[in-house]
Amino acid sequence: MGTFIQLVVDGLSTGSIYAALALAIVLVNQATGLINFAQGGMAVLSAYIAYAFLGLGVPLPLAILVAVVASFLLGALAERFLVRRFERGDPDTAVVVTIGLLTLVTGISALLWGYNNLGFPSLFPLTSVEILGAVVSVRSLATTVTIVLIMVVLQLLFLRTKLGLALRAVADNPGSAAFSGLPVGRLLMVGWGLAATLGAIAGVLVAPQLTLTPGMLDTALVYALAAVILGGLSSPIGCVVAASAIGVLENLVAVYVPLIGHDLKIAVPFVLIFVILILRPQGLFGRKVVVRV
Amino acid sequence: MTLLELVDVTASYGPVQVIDGVSLSVPEGGSVGILGANGAGKTTTLRAISGTVRTGGRITFEGRDIRGLRPDQVAALGIAHVPEGRGTLGQLSVRENLMVGAYLRKGRKAIADDVDYCLELFPQLRDRVGSRAAALSGGEQQMLAVGRAFMAKPKLLLLDEASLGLAPSTAKTVYDAIRRLRRESGIAMLVVEQNANLAFSLVDTATVLETGRNVLTGTSAELKGMDEIRRAYLGG
Repeated sequence: MGTFIQLVVDGLSTGSIYAALALAIVLVNQATGLINFAQGGMAVLSAYIAYAFLGLGVPLPLAILVAVVASFLLGALAERFLVRRFERGDPDTAVVVTIGLLTLVTGISALLWGYNNLGFPSLFPLTSVEILGAVVSVRSLATTVTIVLIMVVLQLLFLRTKLGLALRAVADNPGSAAFSGLPVGRLLMVGWGLAATLGAIAGVLVAPQLTLTPGMLDTALVYALAAVILGGLSSPIGCVVAASAIGVLENLVAVYVPLIGHDLKIAVPFVLIFVILILRPQGLFGRKVVVRV
Repeated sequence: MTLLELVDVTASYGPVQVIDGVSLSVPEGGSVGILGANGAGKTTTLRAISGTVRTGGRITFEGRDIRGLRPDQVAALGIAHVPEGRGTLGQLSVRENLMVGAYLRKGRKAIADDVDYCLELFPQLRDRVGSRAAALSGGEQQMLAVGRAFMAKPKLLLLDEASLGLAPSTAKTVYDAIRRLRRESGIAMLVVEQNANLAFSLVDTATVLETGRNVLTGTSAELKGMDEIRRAYLGG
């Protein structure tokens, strides 16, 4: 029993990493209608920015704040000067552009900071507490709480605020949204900026655990995409639940299903995606996209 | 007083010139129709005003040159465009669509009152207020599109083929409501409509376009009487 609870707790902890990235992906999708494959790479770059300021002797919270602000600008600029050119065309083209952006951003991180693992200090203490016989590090507990808070804020932003409504309107139909006076270009920049901010938070939260490398979030991106598909592209709550479930499930399967084990556990989210796409394509929590012809 | 004036306006999509010297004016509170066969440039004329097509010539609104402004800037001046194909925001609810219409406005109470007014104007929408727009029927979507435009409290409404694809009785319901809206709000209207009877029920004067130019302008009464015009342009 002790092992089981430990596995669940560890799974929730890794799940919160996927959740953070998944939330950023949902944010861009809600605000622009795109899937941004560069989300992970951009988050890593943000963590490197914080790292660089740490190197200059800036205290950690301030370095993170600087990285968050810089990420907002980088996200907005990426939209304005790169993605903007492809938004009016085929959405598939724009998605490929974001894959290119992932390569570019990862390359920039590697160029500036190299491929070696760099240690990144944690914002939270490294002590652990015991819950129901499982050892839980305060760090992963605090990370999970932060992610849940962000999720709640995002949900409120989209459903309860004028900015959220405007972002969704622009994602739905930019041309028509402009007829109601919505500054479409500026709102798209804000959407990307906010997602990059969220990514930055994810990056600095997980960097202590994973250690900083340019490809730090590549695997996490795969799991985050799985969570987004499972939970539904339109649902922040859904993708956090799905990300946690994936984290827990892959841990349990690795230990309790000998056939799969640790080597094959990465297959778990893919099998889930497969099943979900067949049975419930809108995701567990998402809303079906209705198109009238 | 003149609210909107177009003088020798041209517009092109890439190298293809679609309108080639359209002139018209809409007085404050007036309602003007644009008639003509398919491809005459009616929709493009509206798009030239709302800034969604590259234009030449002179377009003034309240004496101010608005040619070359972005669509959201044009909207901010008080021009609401109900585009061909309705342009409702499919994944947003009916209420959210109306709230998007009021994006540039302040004053919670006044906005809530206007949402109520829209639902009274279009009672069909009242039961669907939480439904997503994409799930509405074509007629309901058209009503929502007009409602959303009204929510901006514009001075001028550009209405493009509000009857397109609707059953005759539904089209009549939509136009009845728009007439009431005009009477009660005093919003000026520039109306593109293929159905001549519907058009003349809403406009005071109209201009007839042929291959991107005005060929005739007159009051509804004058134009209605011209049999050859009806046959040539209005299919009736």
